[in-house]
Amino acid sequence: MDEIEVSLTGSGRGPRSEVLAVGGGNSCETVRSLLPRGLLNSCPAGVASCPASSCPFQSPRWPRLTLLESVLLLGPRPTPSAMEFSELIRTGGAQAKLLRGPEVPPLHGTLCVTGHHLLLSPGPQATSDLWLLLLRSVDSIEKRVSGDSGTITLRCKDLRVLQLDIEGVEATRDIARSIEALSSLESVITSFPFFYRPKGLRLGDAWHFHPPERYYKRVARETNAWRLSEVNEDFSLCPSYPRAVIVPRAVDDDALACCARFRQGGRFPVLSYHHAPSGTVLLRSSQPLTGPQKRRCAEDEELLWAVLAGARPGARGFILDTRSAQAAKQARMTGGGTEARAAYPGWKRLHRPLERGRPLQESFVRLVEACGYLAQSTDCWRSRLEACHWLGHVKEALSTACLAAQAVEREGACVLVHGAEGTDSTLLVTSLAQLILDPSSRTVAGFQELVEREWIQHEAPTFLLFLDCVWQLGHQFPLSLEFGEGLLLALFEHAYASPFGTFLCSSEKERCLCEVRTRTHSLWSGLNQPKEQRKLRNPLYVPSPLAIWPSVEPQSLRLWQGLFLRWTRPNLQR
Amino acid sequence: MGLPNNYWQLSDVNRDYRVCDSYPTELYVPKSATAHIIVGSSKFRSRRRFPALSYYYKDNHASICRSSQPLSGFSARCLEDEQMLQAIRKANPGSDFIYVVDTRPKLNAMANRAAGKGYENEDNYSNIKFQFIGIENIHVMRSSLQKMLEVCELKSPSMSDFLWGLENSGWLRHIKAIMDAGIFIAKAVSEEGASVLVHCSDGWDRTAQVCSVASLLLDPHYRTLKGFMVLIEKDWISFGHKFNHRYGNLDGDPKEISPVIDQFIECVWQLMEQFPCAFEFNERFLIHIQHHIYSCQFGNFLCNSQKERQELKIQERTYSLWAHLWKNRADYMNPLFRADHSQTRGTLRLPTTPCNFMYKFWNGMYNRFEKGLQPRQSVTDYLMAVKEETQQLEEELEALEERLEKIQKVQLNHTKVKSKQSEPSKHSGFSTSDNSTANTPQDYSGNMKSFPSRSPSQGDEDSALILTQDNLKSSDPDLSANSDQESGVEDLSCRSPSGGECAPSEDSAKDRDSDEAVFLTA
Repeated sequence: MDEIEVSLTGSGRGPRSEVLAVGGGNSCETVRSLLPRGLLNSCPAGVASCPASSCPFQSPRWPRLTLLESVLLLGPRPTPSAMEFSELIRTGGAQAKLLRGPEVPPLHGTLCVTGHHLLLSPGPQATSDLWLLLLRSVDSIEKRVSGDSGTITLRCKDLRVLQLDIEGVEATRDIARSIEALSSLESVITSFPFFYRPKGLRLGDAWHFHPPERYYKRVARETNAWRLSEVNEDFSLCPSYPRAVIVPRAVDDDALACCARFRQGGRFPVLSYHHAPSGTVLLRSSQPLTGPQKRRCAEDEELLWAVLAGARPGARGFILDTRSAQAAKQARMTGGGTEARAAYPGWKRLHRPLERGRPLQESFVRLVEACGYLAQSTDCWRSRLEACHWLGHVKEALSTACLAAQAVEREGACVLVHGAEGTDSTLLVTSLAQLILDPSSRTVAGFQELVEREWIQHEAPTFLLFLDCVWQLGHQFPLSLEFGEGLLLALFEHAYASPFGTFLCSSEKERCLCEVRTRTHSLWSGLNQPKEQRKLRNPLYVPSPLAIWPSVEPQSLRLWQGLFLRWTRPNLQR
Repeated sequence: MGLPNNYWQLSDVNRDYRVCDSYPTELYVPKSATAHIIVGSSKFRSRRRFPALSYYYKDNHASICRSSQPLSGFSARCLEDEQMLQAIRKANPGSDFIYVVDTRPKLNAMANRAAGKGYENEDNYSNIKFQFIGIENIHVMRSSLQKMLEVCELKSPSMSDFLWGLENSGWLRHIKAIMDAGIFIAKAVSEEGASVLVHCSDGWDRTAQVCSVASLLLDPHYRTLKGFMVLIEKDWISFGHKFNHRYGNLDGDPKEISPVIDQFIECVWQLMEQFPCAFEFNERFLIHIQHHIYSCQFGNFLCNSQKERQELKIQERTYSLWAHLWKNRADYMNPLFRADHSQTRGTLRLPTTPCNFMYKFWNGMYNRFEKGLQPRQSVTDYLMAVKEETQQLEEELEALEERLEKIQKVQLNHTKVKSKQSEPSKHSGFSTSDNSTANTPQDYSGNMKSFPSRSPSQGDEDSALILTQDNLKSSDPDLSANSDQESGVEDLSCRSPSGGECAPSEDSAKDRDSDEAVFLTA
């Protein structure tokens, strides 16, 4: 039996390595594993998508105990070897052929599975390059066996489809089972970023490149009306907010606590963006918990009043609800609701329904399917595209963001954006509006900061929708974004499966508990290396101080072929 | 094209339009085709449009010929016509067959047989491979365009309205059919080395489209500014495409009107989207040509045939569009064009798999007067400005190096003379405000009544920015609505780098400084 050691040694915490065996049975040994097995089994869906954390009104008043917290509460540092990857790796290795699409030649070699990777070693005669696939990027797996060989089809989260032709029925089954088990491991601290130690990067670097606090401090310094509050220092007010939040100076921390109790998940209105030219602000929050009795909260009303007073005398405000008026009304039945007109003088409510969650996910899946069958669809490509509705969502998202931006810049109004939870479509609107208005967010650093600040928690399809909208902006304004399509694609990939820790967890609180900042590398340090930067920048960039107002007419919006047809479109000679 | 040669000769059989009045007087035909064969063949073809050379591929002697449909009916034959096709095959020693491509849908071609027309019977012609390529007729195309334009004119359509409308118009499907035909022919010629005879009914609409697309795919020359003009002259103007009828230049039968050459121009644009470095010209060039096909401002696109043009002495009495475009060629250059690129050298190769997604809605053409829908920034103009500036800087560098050399010589001679020749100019980078994306938000609000509606023309500062530069790229006033979209960036190219951006005193001070520096280093 040959043993290959893939050493992933890094600085700081001593060597970590994954040992894998080739040619043997289930004899792989993992050096480190962090969670007891029972807990893993109880959490098949993982933290991010666990029902407990997505259930809207379980307990709005108290910070919920997320599954991860409960896992971690069992012991601050789980004992090693309580669970072993080896139990999940059912295979040693097998001879296989890898097909990566019509235009790439197939790879032959020895296939093996490690704790985090699928690995194809081409053997001594060929180039020594290993082919590696992060198991977390596997979205679905399909296996077929016939005769004495099998085929595994992997659909990856970056929309690639890979086919593995494997010798041996048993080997196929074992590999499929191992991939299945390992790719659905959702425990955060056993994920690859905690083991990834690339050369040339130091742990802890770049985590402080874009601290949101810096932006908030600047706003607080530049205006008199805002202050940085540490009321959420221990995440008790709002588990999904960062420690530092920026609020109107006129509102004290006790009032904030009351506001937090009046908003779903504790997400009270905070500043998202300060538009210096007009002195007005973009805010975001979650829905107020008015309930069927149409409850009110004096502190919440004062907060919004203080926002207007702080902007300029006589300023008006718009509350942009990302649900339809009907849906907002219905939310009252389940404890939510929307701001009553009489309670918030100076604020006018607008409804711009945006799709989120499941329908959006379905739309995305349909689009990916349509793009996957390009070769067969000789006709009706456009009606297929239409049936997916994805571009319709792009249009709605962009026009809502434009509306918010227009109110801020053109009307000199303050804008509060919220839907129900205030976590997906809300972020979409606030971050796109900033790109439209704020030239600094169109730089590479500024965009990274924006993603860091706004997309602290991302819901899968919504983040992709955001990236698509940014791509549309870049397509309409080819000179105005400092970054190119490459950065958007990189963000898309890393958001779903990444060796870096930036997109781990769904809130600052969870990241703190998992020590993400000290034990994983930041994506920004990876992307900001000069070699990467060249690929990510837009060579045509010319800084411009003006707002960029996109056209949201259907004629101007296009399918993002670079993403959706990335692996399927034929490669023309370029 | 390397003609005439051993296989092809210039024939004067059509002198004074004796044989076919919609053909030019001078035509290339196979050397072995005698006047007798040509005349005989012409009698067997609709409107006497006998097979003649459209494009000769000198790498392998394969050729593209064009004609009208044969008058075969259900069983008629014509010995001369068969000999004519034989002659075309023989003119290409590398292949023992020729393709005969009928660009009509099979049903249409069969219907024509009842009228005594039709298509070639493979049994009667030796060594032909017959192929239908279903491009619809001018009436279908006319109504398809109509449907698509209706979609474009919808007031704030939803994404679904637009995509459905576009699909239902069938326009892009028709564009694809034309492209497919062109791709098929280009492949046959370049890869199989087989000659192709193309026809439709009369051989002046679909045949012109398909032959010119194939030529464009095969020959890099046609992808240059001049070559493209030649291509339109060759396949459209000289071969009797009926400009007066198709584009309604005179009052006539509205059923004769059809966007035939528009479709060809769109095919070129679709190719430009796929091969951004392969064309010497840019989108504006295509749009201006299309505009002038309808404008009747120049003589090129008047009349239905060379004969008519000659009778009316069009050449003596009108200006040519080509001269006008050539004079302003700086506006039509594609900054990405690279003559030495692997892509631009030979045949453009498109994937064989059906790629509907490749064909995009041409916003720049069909919504060209909708300013709000046009791109706010033109990459082309920006790159041209950069290119120009680079060129000027290089020239300046050269001048300075020359000067440096002289100074060094002077120093060697131990004479301290300050040369006062060319004033070095100073550059500032691209100023941001020039390039800014001056635009105004459109109405995103829908029912947001509380916002006072501001129209861009009310003169707030942003819209003023849009309107200040009436930077007409062309001299046609009709197109101004289109070209002033290329705002801001334009100005860069206008700014002379040697212009006095800084005060003269500062300039001369700089001058002295740099001279001293030169002396120090030397």
